[in-house]
Amino acid sequence: MAKITFITQDDENIVLEADSGSVMALAVENGVSGIDGDCGGVCSCATCHVHVNPDQVSQTGEASEIEKDMLELDDNANEYSRLCCQIEISEKLDGLILTVAN
Amino acid sequence: MSDMQTLNGNCIIIGASHAGVNAAFALRKEGWQGAITIFDTDPTLPYHRPPLSKAYLTSDDGIEKNLLKAEQSYEKNNISLSLGIKITLIDRQKQLIHTEDGELHNYSKLIIATGARPFIPPIKGIDSAHQLYPLRTAEDVNHIRQAMLNSDSQRVVIIGGGYIGLETAASLKKMGANVTVLERESRILARVTAPLMSDYFQQLHHEHGVEVFTAKDVISIETKDDSNTVICADGSQYPADIIIVGVGIRVNTELALEAGLDIENGIKVDNAARTNDNDIYAIGDCSFHHNPHYNRLIRLESVQNAVDQAKVAAASICGKDVTYDTLPWFWSDQYDVKLQMVGLSSGYNKVILRKETDDEGKFSVWYFDHDRLLSVDTINHAKAYVVGTKLIKSGAVINQSKLADSRIALHPDNLI
Repeated sequence: MAKITFITQDDENIVLEADSGSVMALAVENGVSGIDGDCGGVCSCATCHVHVNPDQVSQTGEASEIEKDMLELDDNANEYSRLCCQIEISEKLDGLILTVAN
Repeated sequence: MSDMQTLNGNCIIIGASHAGVNAAFALRKEGWQGAITIFDTDPTLPYHRPPLSKAYLTSDDGIEKNLLKAEQSYEKNNISLSLGIKITLIDRQKQLIHTEDGELHNYSKLIIATGARPFIPPIKGIDSAHQLYPLRTAEDVNHIRQAMLNSDSQRVVIIGGGYIGLETAASLKKMGANVTVLERESRILARVTAPLMSDYFQQLHHEHGVEVFTAKDVISIETKDDSNTVICADGSQYPADIIIVGVGIRVNTELALEAGLDIENGIKVDNAARTNDNDIYAIGDCSFHHNPHYNRLIRLESVQNAVDQAKVAAASICGKDVTYDTLPWFWSDQYDVKLQMVGLSSGYNKVILRKETDDEGKFSVWYFDHDRLLSVDTINHAKAYVVGTKLIKSGAVINQSKLADSRIALHPDNLI
C-alpha cells in the first residue's frame, strides 16, 4: 500500500492510498482537480502533469523520453515534471508528495 | 438578467461522452450555480472511447476501469446523470426537452453533445449476418469479446481500413484472431494521410500477420448457420465468424434539425460553440465549426475537440468572451506503434519524410501547402510531434531541406 499526497493549484491537500494502477487513474478516481487524463493514460495528451517533490525523485524515477518530449508542450514543465499516467503505483511510492502542475 | 440569475439557471446536456461530461465539469469550474443534468441513451457510466478499440478490447477489464470520471465526482460536483434515456424533442419556444417516456425538462441553457453513430452500409445480407458489430460503445466491445470467446476458429473480417478498423485489427490479432481487413479505396487511411503513411501501416499489419486488402468493395454477406462469407465486387470471398464494420459514422443531428437549428456538415456553431439559438450550444463530434488556423469550417471526431470545445462552451455560458481556436491533434496506437498527429493535412501539395539516424523505428511526415506547414504525422516520435505543434502554431516558414536532413537536430530553432 502506498500513501500519496496531491497538492492542487488551490492548495488543497488530498491524501490517497492504493497498491496498484497508475497515479493518474488514482487521481481521476478521486476527483483530484487538475488531473484530467483526457487520453485515458497512454501518454498522448499531457493532461496529468505533476511536479514530484524534489527530495523524492528517486522514488518515482525520471520521465521517459516520450514523456519528456510531451512535457515540452507545457510551459509549467521543469526537471521534476512527470506525466503521472506513466507512474505505476507500488509500495515504493509510499509517502510521495506530488504538486499538480495546472 | 443579472449574472447571478444567469448562473443559477438549469443547464441540460444531451450526450454523456467526452464532450458532454467535460462540459458539465467545466461549467462548475466556471461558476455555474444552477442544476446540471446530462442525458444519454447509453446506460453505462460515461467512459473513455479511444481505448475501446485498443487496450480495453484486449483486456478483461470492466468499464469501471475506463471511466471518464468516478461516480462520486458527479455527486461531489452536483451533476445529475440521467442514463439510458432517449431525448425525443427539443422545444425551443418553451425551452423544454422531451424524453421518450414523455417527461419534460426545462432548460435555460442546452448543450447538444450527441456525437455520431456508426454507419452501417446498405450491403446485401448485412442485417442477417452472424456476429456483425460496429465498434463505438462499451456494449459493442462486450459483444465482440463474447463473440471471440464463442468462436473456435476466430476468423474476423473487418470492413473498412480506417483508424477504427486498423486498431481493432491489431487488438483482435493480439487476442489470437485470424484477421483480414477489406478497404474499398485503393489505399488504407486514404482520407487522412499521405500514401507513404498508408504504405507504412499496410506493411506493419502484414508483418503482424494481418492481411489488408485494398480496392475491395463489399457487395454482399451470405450467412449459413454460424458462418458468414463476405463477397466483394471483384468476386473474391472471405469466410468470417465475426465481422466488424468500421466504415465511418453518421452525425447525430436529428434533434437539432427538427428543432430548426442550422445544420451543414454537423450542427453549425459560432466560435464559442453556440448555435443559431443563443441558449443552445453544440460541441464535440456533432459540431460544425470554424477553425482559425485553417480558416475554414470543419467537423472533427476527436477527444481533443470534444474536451476543448466543451470548455469553451462552458466558459461562454458563464458569461466569458471566448474563442475556440485549438490546433487539432489526434493519436492512434496499433501494436507497439504510436501514431501522433497534429494539424489538418487537407489541401497539402508537398510531403517531407524525416527519418532519424538514432532509431529506425521512428520517423515523421510533414505536410505543406507550398511554404506553409499544415500538419505533422509522427511514428514513435513524440519530439517531432511537439516540434511540429510549436512550428504550426508559430506560423514560421520552415527550411524544408534542413527539415529533411536527419543530421540536423530536430529543434524549432534549427529548422527556420
